[in-house]
Amino acid sequence: MCDDMNDSGKELDARNLLCPLPVIRTQDFVKNLESGDEFVVRCTDPGAKSDIPSWCRINGHKVIDIQQSEYEVLIKIQVVK
Amino acid sequence: MSKNTHKAISLISGGLDSMLSTQLLLDQGVHVEGINFFTGFCVEGHTHAIRKKDKKKEKRNNALWVAEQLGIKLHIIDVIEEYKSVLLNPVHGYGQNMNPCLDCKGFMVRKALEWIKENDFDFIITGEVMGQRPMSQRRDTMPVIARESGAGDLLLRPLCAKHLPETYPEQQGWVDREKLLSFHGRSRKPQMALAEEMGFKDYSQPAGGCCFLTDANYSAKLVDLWKARGNREYSLDDIILLKVGRHIRPKPSFKLIVAREEGESRFLHGYRYRYKSLTTISHAGPVVLIIGELDAEDLVLAAQITARFSQGRDDSEVTLQLEDSENKKQSVTVVPIKADKVLPEWYV
Repeated sequence: MCDDMNDSGKELDARNLLCPLPVIRTQDFVKNLESGDEFVVRCTDPGAKSDIPSWCRINGHKVIDIQQSEYEVLIKIQVVK
Repeated sequence: MSKNTHKAISLISGGLDSMLSTQLLLDQGVHVEGINFFTGFCVEGHTHAIRKKDKKKEKRNNALWVAEQLGIKLHIIDVIEEYKSVLLNPVHGYGQNMNPCLDCKGFMVRKALEWIKENDFDFIITGEVMGQRPMSQRRDTMPVIARESGAGDLLLRPLCAKHLPETYPEQQGWVDREKLLSFHGRSRKPQMALAEEMGFKDYSQPAGGCCFLTDANYSAKLVDLWKARGNREYSLDDIILLKVGRHIRPKPSFKLIVAREEGESRFLHGYRYRYKSLTTISHAGPVVLIIGELDAEDLVLAAQITARFSQGRDDSEVTLQLEDSENKKQSVTVVPIKADKVLPEWYV
């Protein structure tokens, strides 16, 4: 699924982590990126589908796409600093 | 933000009190950002994601949600490792269960103090209300938190500030003391009235606070884990698994975690590479993790108990698959144990 979603190649594997750890990993990952960088977070916790976009909204980052299958949620983010 | 705006970090739990105290400071023109510490025991964490029966509930992290309602940034900090020393060696002891509330609050304020120093913020606020919690929010213990955390008069509690000495932000005129409050006691009515006044209609008020360590059943499972292990070490996986399933210990040497529904089965299935697991083949049934060491006789007992929780509980035999952590599988056929043979004292 979603192989065409990540054309930037940067991916954060947050599978098998439960909330809020996917958010914490995303927060830490973004610290090392530049404004305009894009990446995909791959999660198995369905709660990430609301929490990561919420974290992006309050920190000003842009959610470009969200895709969900039975087992995974993929969220594509553009960093805004 | 103007040059003269002072900056506060607010300890955001996701509950109502920290939401209100933050809004009070925002209303005074203070720049506030939120901080939330993840200890591994936070109710806000993983539990909503596991059980399928909770699917209708909106899955959200309330700390993030509160920050979004307030329009502030939130910094979520992983303190799982550092928190172990707080839980294992609390200077001020435990509350009714395994909750080291006073040490915990001191630890979090100390971490917030470190954060404001690193990030050039001016002071710390919390949503504490004097007299609301029996351990950490008393007239005699609130100063202990300020003192032992090192925060001293940089720690401001806007909801009950008028019961406490003036803090540095008040003395400096960064915050108007007259606009702070004097909430006291266990009643939630003043908070609810203020929430209405501020226009907050939706907020979380978890019974017993925001920590699993205040829960008697959870604490019993944690103590059982340590007793069986012979020491008080724990990993994040250990403490997450204490929140999932029925925990049944038929013998001191092993415990079964029996999924209660499909969501939990799916969740436990993800742990099959770390622990032995049992699943029923001949009938529908739960995923069961086996924590500990079993001999051949124990294995039969574990399979019989697993069969008891399957659709084949009243049949003459049930076939199960035992899988070890290296993915080696073997099939076992047993007679399900009778209900009255699953002893009450086995339930942790």
